[in-house]
Amino acid sequence: MAKTILAVDDSVSIRKMVLFTLRRGGYDVVEAVDGQDGLEKALKYQVNLVLTDQNMPRMDGLTLIHSLRELTNYHAVPILMLTTESSDEMKSKGRAVGATGWLVKPFDPSRLLDVVRKVIG
Amino acid sequence: MSQPLNPIPVNPSAAHAGRIANEFLTFRLGKEEYGIEILKVQEIRGYDAITRIANVPEFIKGVVNLRGIIVPIIDLRIKFNLGTVEYNQFTVVIILNVSGRVMGIVVDGVSDVITLAAEQVRPAPDFAADLDTEYIIGLGTVDERMLILMDIEALMCSAEIGLTGPDIH
Amino acid sequence: MDDLSEFHDVFFDEATEHLDGMESLLLSIDVNAPDTEQLNPIFRAAHSIKGGAAMFGFQDITELTHEMETVFDRVRKGQMPLSKDLVDVFLISGDLLRAMLAVRKDDGDEVPQEDVTALCVRLRLFLEPEAVADEISVTVAAHQVKVSSSDAVQAASAAPPPSSLAKGKSSAAVPEATVKRRKTKKGVEKSLSAVAAEISTIAPADQVKVSGNEAVPSSLTSPSAVEEKNDFGLFVDPATLPANLPEAAAMRPGDIKIDELKGVTKAEATHSATDASSIRVSVQKVDQLINLVGELVITQAILAEAASRADPKLYQALSQLERNTRDLQESAMSIRMLPMSFVFGRFPRVVRDLADKLNKQVELKTEGEGTELDKGLIERIVDPLTHLVRNSLDHGIELPAVRQAAGKPAKGTITLRAFHRGGNVMVEVSDDGAGLNRERLLSRARERGASVSDSMSDQEVFQLIFEAGFSTAEKITDVSGRGVGMDVVRRNIREMGGNVEISSNLGAGTCISIRLPLTLAILDGMSVAVGKEVFIIPLTYIIESLRPTAADVKAVSGKGKVVRVRGEYLPLISLHEVFNLRPDAPEVHEGMVVILESEGRKTAMFVDALVGQHQVVIKSLERNFRRAQSVSGATIMGDGRVALILDVAELVGTTAGATAK
Repeated sequence: MAKTILAVDDSVSIRKMVLFTLRRGGYDVVEAVDGQDGLEKALKYQVNLVLTDQNMPRMDGLTLIHSLRELTNYHAVPILMLTTESSDEMKSKGRAVGATGWLVKPFDPSRLLDVVRKVIG
Repeated sequence: MSQPLNPIPVNPSAAHAGRIANEFLTFRLGKEEYGIEILKVQEIRGYDAITRIANVPEFIKGVVNLRGIIVPIIDLRIKFNLGTVEYNQFTVVIILNVSGRVMGIVVDGVSDVITLAAEQVRPAPDFAADLDTEYIIGLGTVDERMLILMDIEALMCSAEIGLTGPDIH
Repeated sequence: MDDLSEFHDVFFDEATEHLDGMESLLLSIDVNAPDTEQLNPIFRAAHSIKGGAAMFGFQDITELTHEMETVFDRVRKGQMPLSKDLVDVFLISGDLLRAMLAVRKDDGDEVPQEDVTALCVRLRLFLEPEAVADEISVTVAAHQVKVSSSDAVQAASAAPPPSSLAKGKSSAAVPEATVKRRKTKKGVEKSLSAVAAEISTIAPADQVKVSGNEAVPSSLTSPSAVEEKNDFGLFVDPATLPANLPEAAAMRPGDIKIDELKGVTKAEATHSATDASSIRVSVQKVDQLINLVGELVITQAILAEAASRADPKLYQALSQLERNTRDLQESAMSIRMLPMSFVFGRFPRVVRDLADKLNKQVELKTEGEGTELDKGLIERIVDPLTHLVRNSLDHGIELPAVRQAAGKPAKGTITLRAFHRGGNVMVEVSDDGAGLNRERLLSRARERGASVSDSMSDQEVFQLIFEAGFSTAEKITDVSGRGVGMDVVRRNIREMGGNVEISSNLGAGTCISIRLPLTLAILDGMSVAVGKEVFIIPLTYIIESLRPTAADVKAVSGKGKVVRVRGEYLPLISLHEVFNLRPDAPEVHEGMVVILESEGRKTAMFVDALVGQHQVVIKSLERNFRRAQSVSGATIMGDGRVALILDVAELVGTTAGATAK
């Protein structure tokens, strides 16, 4: 059974790249265009991993993570922040709202796949 | 507007390299017999339903509808001053596809398609025909017949015909 | 590394959309009281482009957007004020980014790295003017010591201003060459921290201020992460991750839903891959569809004509088919339609830049951006419209002092308006400027030896501005006023099957109206007969048609014939003379005259008879032939014959020329 990953990013090019990479890696991928959309999609489909950008319109990544952690079904689902901001401040904030970890953008597709495999197998 | 149906590709080697192609469509114009590369010919049809254009030379007869595209028709008989011309059920229009354009020429009658080997073609003398030597590839001989091999692409695109030239103003 | 080039086009489109959005926000933003709702998207545009560019390895784009992002992050957080200078630099940055994208699309010249670096420095100057200035002087000194060949020093002192920034402000004049020397190999992401590091080796740490969090190496003080690499880290014990748990333990109650939903998930994922509710289709495919539908319409008409003599039932069914075909055609045509916002969107920038240059104050208003027009027309209207707007700004809108002296607000207004009228799209450029001066236009025309008379109507006099070489500008500026262009504007519009009209009140302003057909592919026409030929007159030019009496027609020596219509004498064109045909009705009172109006001039056209009204598919005559006099195109009639579409603007224009003499 293929695992399902929710990819949340407002950049269509990055989203497509993530989608393409993960599908080729054997995962099902659900896309969301921002935090709000991500939350809606997460409610609709129980996914095994959430990858989210930080800076997005309507709802940012931190708020999304925070909102997901409020949901029983998402207490333990791994959530990775994809962020260009590798600063400690951002990491602390991510940790505080319940992120599982972070991956710095830019990354290349094989790196993304490594990290995802490491987290959900 | 629409693409010409069954466009016949122009053979670049025929047009340039040796200027000798294999197959020629032959037709009569006045007393002479001419040949044009078959690759430039799209189809042959009758003469009908022509729409005239204002202020163009007399030999540009006008335009016709060829399955949705507008095609100009040139009467080569008028262009070469071959006496009075008639339009009847025997009048023939050769539809050409040259330099990406579709156009028709009116001639006296189409004879056949013949194959010429390179040795059957020799250079044209200066006084070959009513046609300027500039537009003649050479003279071809088949049995007793002599054909004037016409560079129809060069002729149709020439300023003399003025079909593809600048605006008429 | 995998090949990411297949995502490049998506990125180019996305980046261009961001740049368009950013530009329009920058142009509309109130520098003194910016709205957060406007600031955030500008920041996000820079941020998103940076993210994509970094992912795809476009270093220069990443470098520039990184600086933009850093600066604008401060602005949106209220940590530094927005300024007109900053908006200017952002606009220039946007232009440079477009150029960089164009290079990647094989569609432009290489962007010099100096330009990028210089712009980055300008952006950094907004953050910490002194710190950057210090940085620069410190590093220049360092190079003087360290670099024995001293090429950096030479370059620094002799560095010419970067070409694409020539119109920028003087802050760009920092020595670019020294900055360039500093570019790190490891990538631009790190450029700022690299700068900081470089400085810290030269200057005592407490004297160096470095902006942005990036300057602090993250690995030094990271919060107790359980697992951490440079680019990836985990806050939780990896052993607790699903990947490392036995299958059963990793399952949570909610997980079971995946099984149930899996089919749906796939469908949804596929659906969301196409994103939103639109698809991209090549114009070629659309045109092919429209061509085929056009053929269908003609075939249908031929069938209908044949059937009208046969079975009434067949005829009825064919009438139904006709309606279906028309609907199909309309739907196909609508695919090519684009809103006018595609055109209007570029003008805030044009107006802003030009107003600055001319020291004028101008507000641009747009109305009817949603009005749709054929893509081909949209593309072709840009140049004429740009010219008209520039002309309006240059010649129409007065200098603030002049306006105030005339009792008008210092700030002028230019309005772009698009709307439907009848079967046409109207595009208007109006201003509240000085208006056209009839007397000056007439005297200018006389100076140029044109035959004009005081009895000419205002419309005719105003049309003089479209004559080649005609300009009434008192002083020639480099914006307009060379008298080239306005004639081209009118010619372009006519070639699009449209026309131009002008209304103007001296002192109050000018309005130039462009009337365009909805599409290049079909038009509503009246077919008229002359001898055996049928011609199509576009309906938009026709006022009325009537049969004059012999007494209404008069020959005026040297001016041809005129016909009296409702007390007015109109010049008469005989269509059979234009096309050298033998008419069935040799005398005017035996046939019909069609009254045409183009650009404010009325003309009567004499034909044998009116045949009928049709919607016709426009066919190009030039595809296989060339442009022909008095003809704008051709169409195929129900009987399969070709009918020529008359170029009314040209025909009416020739009579106007004749009557003026």
